[in-house]
Amino acid sequence: MSDTPTHRIDRLLIANRGEIARRIIRTCRALAISPVVVFSDADATAPFVCEADDGLRLAGNTAAETYLRADLVIDAARRLGAQAIHPGYGFLSENAAFAQDVIDAGLMWVGPPPAAIAAMGSKIEAKRLAREHGVPVAPDSTVESLDEIGLPALVKASAGGGGRGMRIVRDPLEMVEAIASAEREAVASFGDGTVFVERYIEGARHVEVQVFADTLGNVVALGERDCTIQRRHQKVVEEAPSPAVTPDVRARMFAAAIAAAQAVGYVGAGTVEFMLARDGSFSFLEMNTRLQVEHPVTEMVTGLDLVALQLSVAEGAPLPSALLDGVASNGHAIEVRLCTEDPYRGFLPSSGAFHTVSFPAIPGLRVDSAIESGSVASPFYDSMVAKVIAHGATRAEAARKLKVALERATIVGPITNRALLIDLMTRLTDIDDSVDTGWLDRQDLGAGPQPSAQQIAAAALAIVRVAASAHPFPTGWRNNPSQPHAQAVGDHIVEYTFDRAEQLSHLTVDGTELPVDAHGVDALGRIDATVVGDTVFVGGGLFAFAIPPRFTDPDDAGRAGSTIAPMPGKVVRLLVQAGDTVVAGQPLLTIEAMKMEHQVVSPSAGVVADVYVSAGQQLDHGQPLVKVDPA
Amino acid sequence: MSVLPDRVVEASDSYRDNRESLLRQLAAHDEQLAIVNGGGGPKYVERHRSRGKMLVRERIEALLDPGSPFLELSPLAAYGSEFPVGAGAVCGIGFVEGVECMITGSDPTLRGGASNPYTLKKNLRTNDIIRENRLPTIALTESGGADLPTQSEIFIPGGRGFRDITRASADGIPQISLVFGNSTAGGAYVPGMSDYVVMIKERSKVFLGGPPLVKMATGEDSDDESLGGAEMHARISGLADYFAVDELDAIRLGRQIVRRLNHRKLGPGRRGAGRPPLHDPEQLLGIPSADPKVPFDPRDVIARIVDDSDFDEFKPLYGTSLVTGWAELHGYPIGILANHRGVLFSEESEKAAQFIQLANQVDTPLLFLQNTTGYMVGKEFEQRGIIKDGAKMINAVSNSRVPHLTVNMAASYGAGNYGMCGRAYGPRFLFAWPNAKSAVMGPAQLAGVLSIVARESAASMGRPFDEEADAAMRQMVEDQIEKESLAMFMSGKVYDDGIIDPRDTRTVLGMCLSVIDNTPIQGTRGYGVFRM
Repeated sequence: MSDTPTHRIDRLLIANRGEIARRIIRTCRALAISPVVVFSDADATAPFVCEADDGLRLAGNTAAETYLRADLVIDAARRLGAQAIHPGYGFLSENAAFAQDVIDAGLMWVGPPPAAIAAMGSKIEAKRLAREHGVPVAPDSTVESLDEIGLPALVKASAGGGGRGMRIVRDPLEMVEAIASAEREAVASFGDGTVFVERYIEGARHVEVQVFADTLGNVVALGERDCTIQRRHQKVVEEAPSPAVTPDVRARMFAAAIAAAQAVGYVGAGTVEFMLARDGSFSFLEMNTRLQVEHPVTEMVTGLDLVALQLSVAEGAPLPSALLDGVASNGHAIEVRLCTEDPYRGFLPSSGAFHTVSFPAIPGLRVDSAIESGSVASPFYDSMVAKVIAHGATRAEAARKLKVALERATIVGPITNRALLIDLMTRLTDIDDSVDTGWLDRQDLGAGPQPSAQQIAAAALAIVRVAASAHPFPTGWRNNPSQPHAQAVGDHIVEYTFDRAEQLSHLTVDGTELPVDAHGVDALGRIDATVVGDTVFVGGGLFAFAIPPRFTDPDDAGRAGSTIAPMPGKVVRLLVQAGDTVVAGQPLLTIEAMKMEHQVVSPSAGVVADVYVSAGQQLDHGQPLVKVDPA
Repeated sequence: MSVLPDRVVEASDSYRDNRESLLRQLAAHDEQLAIVNGGGGPKYVERHRSRGKMLVRERIEALLDPGSPFLELSPLAAYGSEFPVGAGAVCGIGFVEGVECMITGSDPTLRGGASNPYTLKKNLRTNDIIRENRLPTIALTESGGADLPTQSEIFIPGGRGFRDITRASADGIPQISLVFGNSTAGGAYVPGMSDYVVMIKERSKVFLGGPPLVKMATGEDSDDESLGGAEMHARISGLADYFAVDELDAIRLGRQIVRRLNHRKLGPGRRGAGRPPLHDPEQLLGIPSADPKVPFDPRDVIARIVDDSDFDEFKPLYGTSLVTGWAELHGYPIGILANHRGVLFSEESEKAAQFIQLANQVDTPLLFLQNTTGYMVGKEFEQRGIIKDGAKMINAVSNSRVPHLTVNMAASYGAGNYGMCGRAYGPRFLFAWPNAKSAVMGPAQLAGVLSIVARESAASMGRPFDEEADAAMRQMVEDQIEKESLAMFMSGKVYDDGIIDPRDTRTVLGMCLSVIDNTPIQGTRGYGVFRM
């Protein structure tokens, strides 16, 4: 092997979608490599498709029909004239057979050797290897019996990642169901239902080390990331460096990470994940043999372009010699994952078109986004639509920048977890003592931040103004004003009167009078409300209100007592049939959406009058499911 | 562009006096509106509400498009009469599903919504507006029928109301009746003649004769529901086309019907962008003189009602007591005739006659801004043919076929009222500012004329003239004429379509022009013989 690349990538197929596809395209542009993509029907007009030089449609929408079709992806690489495939994260990125197929097809694989993927892909095997190479490992059911592991325990999919197929078990009676449902989710997500059980360390933080290896056997640790704030094992906040890692721990953790990488002859970008206990001890969790979602925080503090490094290593180049001596870390970077889900309604997923997506220009702010104004968040894939990353001299500065960026952003469209992210950034430095990987799941998030009366008024008046734009006369003008006008917004009633110059002369929200000179207008006189279809948004999209229909068709009342699909998805199990007697809260059916199972429960006690759907049926949001006649 | 200058000086005494005077008159007008809006008073309003019913104006508000304007017509009908001000009925033009509709409704809190002679006057005027302007009509029906003590004034002429409904229908103007309550006997023909009828479960009651009358007539025992309930009419008689479960449902159905009327405007549409005037309409309050003897320049008014304050004056140097010219208002082209110094001379008359012909030649609607004391009298003017010239103007205005709009800004006296398109000359709409007066002549002049005639009569008979009695008579006549010439009195007689706040003039006229645009505009090509 020499110091110069053995191969050259002129055209790269990105076998992924969304923000990571765009992220890889950015580096391609910087390196004058031509990026090409594959895309599903649902993604046909997505920004990453538009930004690529070329693309090939994979018919269908589900991942199984499209981004998981190894044969179609390799065929696409050939037809598009790519010399290499970058798998991104998720999908085929940790599929050793696919990596091998890519290599066999004469293409370059931007990732570790298939054998390394396979070794780390089985968590059971990975833990064995790690243990053999002196990496600290927690006890698990492959070596101990369930009794010896003790509770709480964690059920994990061996082929899993990203928290899917994972269950914490605290009550021995839950173990059987936890294993069964983890197996179901593992099959659906990874095509492999193997699960195992390991000790769950309470109060631990999730700290991971970014490693990089070249084909010459050089392995370096580029820094750690702290991803402790998670929801159901899905990372929500990621930062570098970790606030909990001391220089001593860092040195030991880096050494362990390098040892784990060396154990499998690793090449390229990889992440070794550890659980860090409060006493400073840590144990190996797994190794992710790909680029991580949260890689930007490492890039922000090191100034490196990890995708460029991946491509360079794939081309056969050695790691830059400067990196071999370790890399300096500068300041602090925090990333949050913006997802289309409502944290204050059980993280209910949403989907649909984004009317406006814009972030303020703040130095040190980076937004890796799958969406732009006009983009559609599809229900077929992961709910993450953007990563927002801020870099600051200190952790507090980075958190503040991120908070302000999220507050000042305009994101008008499907509901997101933005309000929760703002809340987390506001409190980040105050919650360190209590945070562990289960912290967020234990929080009672309540109803979340509520719009102010001014924002409610602004929302209502925006509806009126849109309606009034149909004619050229002063809004709501009366020559004999006999009563205030009323406009419903969400479940609020706003009463208002405009004078002939269209100035408010009277304003109440739910019966409480408001000063008429401050109806949701900011200090610069801007009314912050946007009407899109039957929804009105205020607070830059932080709050959304349904525009209630002015009148109800009594024929629609027949649907009262019906449960409706809370999100688009698929019926996995029907649990009742017509005639069944049910109690309030009893599960009626299970819907799978965004790869998670959601139960729909009976709104009241009564008798099932009608079942409108069948198992396996694809559902639209709001579709009637089961009608229960109250007892 | 010929932009009119801003000459109003807010700091002047006259501006302040004029404004204060108008605000006082507006307050008096508002007081009457408050009475009208109060319906039959708190007791009857409460009783109506306790039955789960909406007030007539609440029904209208629910029917209208959100944020849209509503122009109520003749709200002070019956003012100054023995009947309640407002005449127990609401009529107005508003947007329903984007379509300008005439909306009418009786106020059931006022004597059960019974019709009196003023209600009839108001309704018949409404029917004229419907027919002339092709306005789809939504009647919110709930009326106890005729006010029986005055039936002799209602019964015979009132028949026209039903004829008007079906004639409008025949003209392609859809007639919709939402029956909120009683609509019995003669009232049953309102839904009966309508194109679309919505009735409300357990609320609508539509029959020719109620149970007592049926018992008397045929001996049959019956009840309200079987004789005229919504359920019966929807399922059995077929009089109800739509069955609503409650009032809001009836309103929903009314809107649904309008949505499918496939309404198209037949007029030429807007020409301009309809930009607002450059000068502040608020200043209109300071322009009309508090003292009616002091003339004011109508250009200052025009500058505050037309688009961009842009007015192309016609014949500015000739017949200067009358200002004529072209403008756009809310984008609609109009010709304007506005009195300047009150009196109409021969020159003004001929100028007006020519201008009206020009507007007809190019199918442009006309706006008359009245502030006239009439045609000039006196030997010189009679000899110069003021009658012939005034007749030319009246000939032109009478035979003109373009739509006319009239606003009485201050005064409309004598034949000037006719030449400037008063009520009898059929303007599509006529409104008055609260300071406006209309009469055959000024009260002092009228009393003086009577006094002179009496004095001459006494002299010719050689009788002594009782100066004291004459002074008392003059005062009495003056007071009576003054009272009867005031805007609210005229409005009470339905001699206009309502008193408007001067600051609303542009909006009101814009709505009228938009309504007029429902009809094709075609000027006349012929006139009566002009006496030369």
